[in-house]
Amino acid sequence: MSMQLEESPTTGDEVITNYTINFGPQHPAAHGVLRMVMELDGEIIERIDPHVGLLHRGTEKLIENKTYLQALPYFDRLDYCSPLAQEYSYVLAIEKMLNVEVPERAQYLRVLFAELTRICNHMLNIGAHVMDVGAMTPNLWVFELREDCMNFFERASGARMHAAWFRPGGVHQDVPEKLLVDIGEWVDNRLPELFGDAMSLVLDNRIFKQRNVDIAVVSRDDAVAWGFSGPMIRAAGIPWDLRKSQPYDVYDRMDFEIPVGTNSDCYDRFVVRVKEVYESAKIIKQCIADMPQGPIASPDGKVSPPKRGEMKQSMEALIHHFKLYTEGFHVPAGEVYVATESPKGEFGVYLVSDGSNKPYRCKIRPTAFSHLQAMDFMSRGHMLPDATAILGAIDVVFGECDR
Amino acid sequence: MTALHSAPKYSANEGVLDTLSKALGDQLIDAHEEHGELLFRVKREAIEDVLRILRDDHAYQQLVEIAGADYPSRPERFEIVYMLLSLTKNHRIMVKCSTDENTPVPTVTTLWPVAGWLEREVFDMYGVLFDGNTDLRRILTDYGFEGHPFRKDFPLTGYTELRYSEEEKRVVYEPVQLAQDLRQFDFMSPWEGADYVLPGDEKADTPPVDKPKVTDKPSDTGAGKKTDDHAAEKVSEGAPAEVNSGVEEGAPEPTEDQPDRKARKGKAQDTKGATEVDEGDGK
Repeated sequence: MSMQLEESPTTGDEVITNYTINFGPQHPAAHGVLRMVMELDGEIIERIDPHVGLLHRGTEKLIENKTYLQALPYFDRLDYCSPLAQEYSYVLAIEKMLNVEVPERAQYLRVLFAELTRICNHMLNIGAHVMDVGAMTPNLWVFELREDCMNFFERASGARMHAAWFRPGGVHQDVPEKLLVDIGEWVDNRLPELFGDAMSLVLDNRIFKQRNVDIAVVSRDDAVAWGFSGPMIRAAGIPWDLRKSQPYDVYDRMDFEIPVGTNSDCYDRFVVRVKEVYESAKIIKQCIADMPQGPIASPDGKVSPPKRGEMKQSMEALIHHFKLYTEGFHVPAGEVYVATESPKGEFGVYLVSDGSNKPYRCKIRPTAFSHLQAMDFMSRGHMLPDATAILGAIDVVFGECDR
Repeated sequence: MTALHSAPKYSANEGVLDTLSKALGDQLIDAHEEHGELLFRVKREAIEDVLRILRDDHAYQQLVEIAGADYPSRPERFEIVYMLLSLTKNHRIMVKCSTDENTPVPTVTTLWPVAGWLEREVFDMYGVLFDGNTDLRRILTDYGFEGHPFRKDFPLTGYTELRYSEEEKRVVYEPVQLAQDLRQFDFMSPWEGADYVLPGDEKADTPPVDKPKVTDKPSDTGAGKKTDDHAAEKVSEGAPAEVNSGVEEGAPEPTEDQPDRKARKGKAQDTKGATEVDEGDGK
């Protein structure tokens, strides 16, 4: 902490003008390694300079040195709170370049697990946001639900967080029938009960409202100009959801609403997420009800690996397997930008292929980057403790922001 | 080509290419559609005007992303790709321009405040300069980092590594020392993508001959008459056959004891050989 001393022009006394403080890089409310250099006038924020990049791992450069399939697990490690949602953009980008058809069951499975990921992500964010502004209990409750989601991921893919389950051409493995039954049961009973309980403590809570209502109000035009997406732009009253407007996989068959805010403050952002959880639950139910039987990966042996049993019988399958896991598949030259609605907003992948088995360039469009950039503009004139509420409502995760 | 994939579907591209190409006029270098996406390559100096036209007249309200890319073989090695999104028309396009290490690109922070960090990132990763961006600091790399890591000529392992030094009680920077070479497996099929010369491939570069190579006839090689008849004749008796007697001539007779050798000095001289008969002098 540094103080700048200068003399008051009238009295000749020393007056303290502005504080400059470091918020982070190790701060529980910074949601990771964020360093914000804050200029304060008393307790009023004058200016914020967020320093990001403390978690920069050069993911995009690493991806350039891996085959398309080897690069997939890096996406789990970007936004580690919603791993499957990151894989989604990447596999769709590859599929778009290969122009490969994905079987229906795989499309349903991907939508189902993307929505489960959304719930999982919102559980963390809602809990953390509530805790940032002072409430302890709801966080513990919603973490129960997050734990349930993790167990579902584990039963589908074998991994709790870094699933690497979405693959170009489909998904890695089919799910057991019992898992779908259990997810349905969970969505019907446990989720609304536990989540409803937790939210009943928060949504009408006087303290919570005092900390969030009318904090960081962003107009519609500003939200567009600052490149907002996801709950941030919806809270500003713009019903923009890529699942609706630019549907991928079977989202166009799903019946769900887009919750929209009216005041565009931190409270609205929070409520939009809460509502989204219920909408996601609706989508999950529809997926389970409508999901057909059938293959879960493209039958094209040049893209997705053969079944184990096939490999024991067919020489061609064995060769395909060997080629896929050594050389990998080749993607036709060109460039695409594919964006999906991740729980945090628009998560895009700009993929350039030179026709070889490795991406020539893979630019990841993180959601938090543009939101965090607006931190300065959103926080100006607010009090220092509001910064944690604003940050919580952005839903920032540094694995993704810094890449 | 029909779209089989299930990637995000936005409004159709029909007519957009022509409309926008006309609107951009001579600022446009090239426009085409690939994989269902529209790409506009424009002049670098005009990028700000182009994006302003697209934003104000054609409703591409959002600048979603600015991506850099490095193509070292090109004279202007860097490509700056602007992804635009129209919320009202539900459409996406990509606009790109190219530059080199020294020529700055006009900033678009005048159009979208979000461009500030996006340009900073391209600057940090590729060293592309943006003319007019007042805050062109590094953003993702470490404080005091040197170089631009996403350039293709920047090694994947980087140049420095850091560790906590117990002696100095702080983090110290050191040149990268790998205990093992970074392993890059080349699984590309040698018929398709290998960038090294396979044994024998160097012959492919020898200039082609006028006449195809066929089996030589005697007239081609300039050889005389057949020599085969003479080859069968016996010219001399040849070397005499060697008889192996078992003993090389002139070699000394094998000996077992060497009477001429002087007696060894010291204790050992009196010891008898192992096979010598004890003469029984009672010792």
